[in-house]
Amino acid sequence: MSPILGILASSNYQRATSSYYSIATTTVGSGGASSVSFTSIPSTYTHLQIRWIGATNRASYNDDLVLRINGVTTSSYNDHRMYGNGSTVTSGRDTGTTMYVAAQGLGSTGAGANTFGVGVMDILDYTDTNKYKTLRTLAGLNYNTADTSGSYGQITLQSGFLTSTTNAITQIDFLSATSSSFLQYTQFALYGIKGA
Amino acid sequence: MAAGSTYTPIATQTTSSSVASVTFSSIPSTYTDLVLISNVYKTGGSGQSGVFQVNGDTGTNYSFTYINGNGTSATSGRVSSNTYGCFDLWGQSMSDTTFEEHALNFMNYSNTTTYKTILYRGNAVNKGVEQGVNLWRSTAAITSVVLYLQAGSFVTGSTFTLYGIAAA
Repeated sequence: MSPILGILASSNYQRATSSYYSIATTTVGSGGASSVSFTSIPSTYTHLQIRWIGATNRASYNDDLVLRINGVTTSSYNDHRMYGNGSTVTSGRDTGTTMYVAAQGLGSTGAGANTFGVGVMDILDYTDTNKYKTLRTLAGLNYNTADTSGSYGQITLQSGFLTSTTNAITQIDFLSATSSSFLQYTQFALYGIKGA
Repeated sequence: MAAGSTYTPIATQTTSSSVASVTFSSIPSTYTDLVLISNVYKTGGSGQSGVFQVNGDTGTNYSFTYINGNGTSATSGRVSSNTYGCFDLWGQSMSDTTFEEHALNFMNYSNTTTYKTILYRGNAVNKGVEQGVNLWRSTAAITSVVLYLQAGSFVTGSTFTLYGIAAA
């Protein structure tokens, strides 16, 4: 069984550890960063997994993480999500947006200097040129105190896909939805998972 | 781009009798994330929420937010300034007589600059599904994790495996 299923479909099956590879990691330095990119992603794996911790300098409690594939900025990203803020469960969707948004996947300055959002994202069959590329995300943020809306954080389950191209994914760019800068210690780690 | 094989099993525990808790200690700091997979069977009765503490911290430094669905409705809840984190709330109000599967992701567990955020996903076959996020308000690296139930025990045959994932 591939480790890619571990986050969303926990299992007691033995994992084939040799199939899961670290490809690249970026950790934001003391000056912050407006974006983080993985380029020249090799085509030698079957699936990709991205694991992150992140926060921005937005003057709020949270921020949304934005992802773009292969530099595509046209209105061609769709997604569905379900999330809970500690009191209510909500479902939403986006159609024809210019980015894939991982809702509240990032902390921000109001959440506290040491509080970061986290997430795990799977991108399936990223080199298959016969398919639109599907992403699925589990992301969360908790800051132990009430923000202006009364929320103490959010847990989000989300999936989406890019509809304008079936090209293999070779580049992924991460940004803040509010154009804020990633704070120091924000980290994105890219992993590749091989098929048999 | 460099590439190295990872997602390495660190330790596995299988209960050979009913136990009140399971502990992983002396966790090496050589990985970036930890993934703890459990497949547990609990003693009957309610009040059996699965919870955890790290590094022996019993202070009010934990908080969590979750959503779950039981086939009829979906719920979100939260707990703040708590003495433990959570990986399973199904036992809180429902009698539990089936195996449950959980996956906890301790993100960036070994850094000493950020509070630690822990994602979890739980499946309880007769009850529903759940996912949540924990915050442990400490910048210390995580070196031990103890899992236990608020009431009852992990029954014989419950399994717990800790994996390490190392970023390039």
